[in-house]
Order: sequence, then C-alpha cells, then structure tokens
Amino acid sequence: MHDDNKRYVERDRNWHPPAYAPGYKTSVARSPRQALVSLHQSSVSELTGPDFRQLRMGPYDNDLLMNFRDAATPGLPVGERIILFGRVVDQFGKPVPHTLVEMWQANAGGRYRHKKDAYLAPLDPNFGGVGRCLTDEDGWYRFRTIKPGPYPWLNGINTWRPAHIHVSVMGPAISTRLITQMYFEGDPLIPICPIVKTINDPEAVETMIGRLDMSRSKPMDCLAYRFDLVVRGELQTYFENQ
Amino acid sequence: MHKHMQQPNSLSCSELMLRETASQTAGPYVHIGLALHVAGLPARDEEIWNRMAGPEAEGEPIEVVGTVIDGNGDLVRDALLEAWQADSQGRYRTEFDLEQPFNGFGRTATTAEGGSEWSLTTIKPGAVTRGDGKVMAPHINLAIFARGINIQLQTRLYFEDEAEANVACPVLNAIESPTRRQTLIAKREAVDGKVRYRLDIRLQGEGETVFFDF
Ligand SMILES: [Fe+3]
Repeated sequence: MHDDNKRYVERDRNWHPPAYAPGYKTSVARSPRQALVSLHQSSVSELTGPDFRQLRMGPYDNDLLMNFRDAATPGLPVGERIILFGRVVDQFGKPVPHTLVEMWQANAGGRYRHKKDAYLAPLDPNFGGVGRCLTDEDGWYRFRTIKPGPYPWLNGINTWRPAHIHVSVMGPAISTRLITQMYFEGDPLIPICPIVKTINDPEAVETMIGRLDMSRSKPMDCLAYRFDLVVRGELQTYFENQ
Repeated sequence: MHKHMQQPNSLSCSELMLRETASQTAGPYVHIGLALHVAGLPARDEEIWNRMAGPEAEGEPIEVVGTVIDGNGDLVRDALLEAWQADSQGRYRTEFDLEQPFNGFGRTATTAEGGSEWSLTTIKPGAVTRGDGKVMAPHINLAIFARGINIQLQTRLYFEDEAEANVACPVLNAIESPTRRQTLIAKREAVDGKVRYRLDIRLQGEGETVFFDF
C-alpha cells in the first residue's frame, strides 16, 4: 500500500507562469479569477500517480525520423537531424526512473501535422511529429528527430514562436505532472515570444533551454541537444500531531 | 574561538535545491502529442485514453462527461484532460496496464466537433481515507491542459448521489464558500440504462470551478 508520510516540495507559483498573462491573449479568457484552494494536508489522491512500465511501446516510438514511415512514404524527413536527450531528476537531484516522457513538435518548416494547422509551410510526408519513451534506470530519456522550424501565430500582428519541442513528463505522482516546451539555445526569437514572456523570472526561462552538446552528437549524422527535466522533490515527513 | 563559532543559518537549505522546470502551455496542438487520433494521426498499438474500465472491472460502471467553458461562456474546443481515481474499494492502483480490467488513469479531450464534450468510461471510485484518518468522499482528480492555460488546472469531480459523504469530505470542506463547493459536484443523469454523471468545468467568471493547489 501507499505511504502517506510523504509530500512534495511546494510548487512555487511565482516561478511558473501565472494563469492570467495578458501578453498571451488566449490566457485572458481562460484564466481563473478566483484564488486556488490550497490543500494543506497531502493525501493519497495527489501523492500517487500512474506507473507506465507496462505500457507497450513501439520500436520507433522515440524515433521521429522513422515513426511516420510507411510503404507509401519510405523516405526520411527534411530538416536538421538531432538527438534530444536528457535526464529527469527531482529537485534534490535524484533521478526519476521509468517515467513517461512524451513530446510533439512542428516539422522543419514550422507546420504541425494537425488538422487545424493551416500554415502555408508544407506538411512533410515523412514526418508525424510525435514521440514517447520511458526514462531508464537512471532517469535518462532520448529521442531522435529533426529540429522544428519557427512558425507565425495569431496573437500580435506579427508574432512568431521560437523553434520549440513540447515536452510532457509524468514523474512519480500527479503532483509532479509537468508540461513544458524546450527552446534551442541562442534562438533570437526566445526573448520576444509572448508565451515565453508569460514567465516573469529569467532564471525560470533558463530551465526551458536545450543546450547543444557536441559530445553526444554524431559526426556526419546529427547534432545533440541536452534538456534535463526537474520535477518536484519528494520529502519524507512524519505527521507527529495526528 | 568564539568569533569562529558557527552562526545560526540565515540561508535555508531549500536554496540548495534545484528549481522545477518551468511550465508552458500545452498549446493548440496538444492532441498531436497526447491524443493522436483526435489530431488525425494514426494511433500507436497502445494509447492512454478514456476507457479506464472494461466490462470485467469490479464496481459500478459509469460514464462521466462534461464540457470546458471559458470566461466568455464559449466552449473550449481544444482541451486535454487527465483523470486519476481510486478503484471501487477506494485504493489507488498505480500500475497502468491496458490488459487489466481497470486503470486509475485516463485521458480525454474536447474537440471542435459536435458538442465538444469530454468523456470517461470508468467505474465509480470508492471513498478514500487520508493519512490523518479522515475519509474523502468518492472523487476523480482532473487536470485540464489547453492553449491559453499556462500550467494545468487541477480540480476534483464529486458525485451528486454521495451527499452524505460529500458533506463530511475534508477537501470539499476546505473550500470556504458552500456555493463554490457545488462547482465540483457532477449531476447524475440516467440515459438508457447507463449511469452517467455530468460536470461542466468553468474556467472563469460566474460559476467558476474550484481549482486546487497541492
Ligand atoms: Fe507549438
């Protein structure tokens, strides 16, 4: 059974973007006006979460160069070939093994394979844009993909998203659940993006930057970007005054 | 000697901790990554979706449906929801395996089609005992992700026909306003022999759903 003598480091709501961030226009009508209700006593409902070790993955689920291939479209996707890798750790640096990491992205032209995306860049017949994997024993995950292109979107008159990959991680409990976006080191669109700017602390923005790692790149094949994910740390506590 | 005596710590140890990776909106195309068939992508062999319980599952089979409504009163047609619930005995089963009759975790989405409703096929969860011995009324934990939502909104769905348990639930009672507690209570609908509960989630304004921090 579950150990209730546990809690997670409090989530710093000033570190994360606020619900209401008017520079990102869609947040205006989708942000609650009332305060969040704090649950002061952790319960098993929030301290547990799904373990996906039995979810059967396909052999190419973490290989976006290959996973949209079929007989009709046997080629490789267009774009800069990259390895996206990193480690999922908690706030105490403890690796999070066997946790589900999912990702999705636009193709090299900045177009998503989604029926609602009507951007004029073409779809790539060899690129789907979705991947998933479980972290290993030591918390490492790895994907092979192409670098997505930046794309324009309706917010201001001329707003562009920096190149980014959407990354989702479960962690040990629903309390550690996190969805973020990884940006590429050095991209000049990062500081002017209204979605990046929903975050107030420049150090928090730094947690979303993937770094070029030449030691993991493959000569004549692909570059590598490292993106570590930090989820809330687990504290063991003893409720003495129960 | 005394000069070198250690001073009381003025820096808390928490300064040494790593900071959590910051959240960003799941965006308008969240379905590509987490609900492939909704985006028009071919599904993989095993997907995490909204059939949390099959016919062999222990407990009362139920369907849970609802919409997500924004501050203008319009339907949110691009949300992704995640559900986490106990089994019929009130125990959380962490192992997720599509071959077992019940999984406590599921996903669902609202889309541009039809009535933009999300839905879950599951069993009614049992009451869950908290670490301090207090009993929480049967509930489903829900997280809402969407374009315009910068970090997921966390709420709970309770059941209208558990009035007695609801009144005693320490989490419902942590909500100061009795009026606002009602925003978490799903209404029971009988639809051709099936038991269905409905909860519309209002992100903002009149009847705004209670969202939790934990
Ligand atoms: Fe995007």
